[in-house]
Amino acid sequence: MLLRNVGNEKQQERARLNRMEIIDAKLSRRDLIRYGLLAAGGMLVAKSGLSIRASGAATLVSPRTTPWAEPLPIPQPLQPNTSFDLSKLSAGLNGDSSEAPRASHQLWDYYKPRKFYEIEEKQRTWSFHKDLPTQPIWNFQGDSDDSAHYAEPTLHARYGEPIVVRNKNNLPANHKGYGIPDTSTHLHNAHNASESDGNPSDYYGSGYYKDFHYCNKLANDDPNEALGFLWFHDHRLDYTAQNVYRGLVGTYILYDELDCNDETNVNGFRLPSGEYDVPLVFGDKVFNSNGIAYYDLFALDGIIGDKQTVNGKIQPFFDVKKRRYRLRLLNTGPSRFLSFKFSNNMPFWQISNDGNLLPKPIKRTSINLTVAERVDIIVDFNSATGSDVFLMNVLEHIDGTGPTGKILNPGTPLLKFNLGPTAADGSINPDQIDKLRGLPVMDTVINKTRTWIFNRQNGAWSVNGQLFNRNIVNAKCKLGTAEIWNFENGGGGWSHPIHMHYEEFRILSRNGVAVKPGDVEYARKDVIWLHPGEKVKVYVKFRDFTGKYPLHCHNVVHEDHAMMARYDIVDGPAS
Amino acid sequence: MTMRRRNFLWGSAAVLGGGALGLGGAQVLSSVGSLAAESGDPDGVFPNIVLTSHESRNYRFYDDLIRGKKVIFNFFYSGCGDICPLSTQRLVEVQEMLHGRVGRDLHMYSVTLQPELDTPAVMRGYMETYGVQPGWLFLHASREDIELLRRKMGFVDPDPELDADLESHIGVVKFGNDEIGRWGACPSFADPEEILASILTIDPSPAARS
Repeated sequence: MLLRNVGNEKQQERARLNRMEIIDAKLSRRDLIRYGLLAAGGMLVAKSGLSIRASGAATLVSPRTTPWAEPLPIPQPLQPNTSFDLSKLSAGLNGDSSEAPRASHQLWDYYKPRKFYEIEEKQRTWSFHKDLPTQPIWNFQGDSDDSAHYAEPTLHARYGEPIVVRNKNNLPANHKGYGIPDTSTHLHNAHNASESDGNPSDYYGSGYYKDFHYCNKLANDDPNEALGFLWFHDHRLDYTAQNVYRGLVGTYILYDELDCNDETNVNGFRLPSGEYDVPLVFGDKVFNSNGIAYYDLFALDGIIGDKQTVNGKIQPFFDVKKRRYRLRLLNTGPSRFLSFKFSNNMPFWQISNDGNLLPKPIKRTSINLTVAERVDIIVDFNSATGSDVFLMNVLEHIDGTGPTGKILNPGTPLLKFNLGPTAADGSINPDQIDKLRGLPVMDTVINKTRTWIFNRQNGAWSVNGQLFNRNIVNAKCKLGTAEIWNFENGGGGWSHPIHMHYEEFRILSRNGVAVKPGDVEYARKDVIWLHPGEKVKVYVKFRDFTGKYPLHCHNVVHEDHAMMARYDIVDGPAS
Repeated sequence: MTMRRRNFLWGSAAVLGGGALGLGGAQVLSSVGSLAAESGDPDGVFPNIVLTSHESRNYRFYDDLIRGKKVIFNFFYSGCGDICPLSTQRLVEVQEMLHGRVGRDLHMYSVTLQPELDTPAVMRGYMETYGVQPGWLFLHASREDIELLRRKMGFVDPDPELDADLESHIGVVKFGNDEIGRWGACPSFADPEEILASILTIDPSPAARS
């Protein structure tokens, strides 16, 4: 008893000293956040035996579902509202009481919209599988009876054709359960001005709408900067993981005269088009014993499910013809990293990285996809024998730390392709493609070099030792200049998919090893799979628009717990 | 770390935990005893353990502290030199920024990770040291109940070595609104205005416009 009292006094004295230290030092807030300054308190309490992890949700096992029972839903392109009077739109606000605030659209006069689309975020119903109950989800588009189209809309856009997308938030204001009925829809990888980017801190509530101006403008007006496969999702600060898990996901495909969605056009790339160009949107979920999608609200490291969905369905089938297809693969997470191969180990061609066409196709038999990454592949089902082939995930991933690195054999089949009859194929054999999209020339003048260290900080997540504050600008980048950014994994064995908004980058090296021509990462990218202990050096240039953008981990659970920084593009000196 | 090594560490951590309970737990907790978790909420997330406050009042975690309430909670221990001083300082600032809501329609709880040492008297001293205002409860329970609570609330590190180390405990503040089932978390050493903005998302109708 005596011993304990002495202990108490010591503890209390130290608490008092700690407090005095903080006050005496008169440190700024940002200094205080830096842990090291507070760690000088002498001997701390001896390691004690707080015991093992046995989180309840980690043990949840989804009900059994019958594989290959339902067809793969194919996202259909959203049609514009052609009766809308485009002259009613302007750079500024529309002056309507239900419009959310935003800055005026930049470059409006140069990129006046030629089409107007409307999407409505709303609670609708969806069936992930016929063995599970139809249940409410949140999404962007539905039928008139309010049943959802999952992973829709798909927006088909074209360079040279600016559009406005009016995004109305009609999520249930009195919602109960995970998710928050605020929204800020981010168009991932788009070269959009900050006010149309869907910044995490620019959210608006139910009952309001916002007009997003998508210029569909080439960065620097360089055709080699054309983007291809983009996606959009809710990005509400602190709640991105929950809202995306509820279903707020869609895709956006950008065409130009070369990547023209017409495989017969001899002036184009002649990639499989129309019904043979199919987005495959992967999600990771777990369902409770009632068959309802379950979100662990008490996870800080990541959400790892046991059912993977493809375009919203668990283990669907896809009746394909024996010819080439362009499959656009997107991993929406929230936290699972994927590695794909076909069950018959057939080769395919990777033609893009993060949705941007590569200099030329690369033949391979497996592909890695971290959260938010996209790849387009060309698969020739004419080369497959038998009646079916499966797309497999072979990467073991157990918790939010990241994949274990173990390749599973055979892995989990995610999608079954039923091989149908041979069909006419107007697309070109990728082996015969010498050149797809060239890479833009990089500046030789580098205005600034920065380092971003991504770290775990007592269960939360930091960038350069700092926790996200929407009002603190962590980097000011001068418009029209290039910089070198070093992304470093702060350690602890964690993997992070790191994403920066707006500008793509070029990976120059990983751990000092240069990325060379012919490598799949010799490409324009917007997500980095940052392995444990890794340092990745990238080149990035800031063009066309000014404003605020985030840089964050796309394990959205990490992101929601502060693994985000803010960079601003400024028409002034960098700092 | 290999699986074998992990298993080994998990085993030793469990042994240590039991030892600590044997040493210090009994006297402090004799009034309430150590209760096996009873499911509090319909989903079974919140264990209905009994906690004792700095005022020596007993509360059931779910029934008395969570059910139907808007809450903010974290874990602390008064002897913590690394994480808690700044976290508590931040939360004191947040309490001030909440202008008297704490204890009325918003409830703040800090649960000790060292229940043997953080007696009600020690917790009162800690609160005084930091200038904690009324309405914010500091709580302890038996070590094993706290351990259960900690795990259920996700204040865990997947690396068992780190998880077993008090010095590297989770510095996160959890906030939620049980009535509507909305829960979020943010680092407890974030800037107070960011913590406040995060916490205010548990009001059923957050700001209609940003």
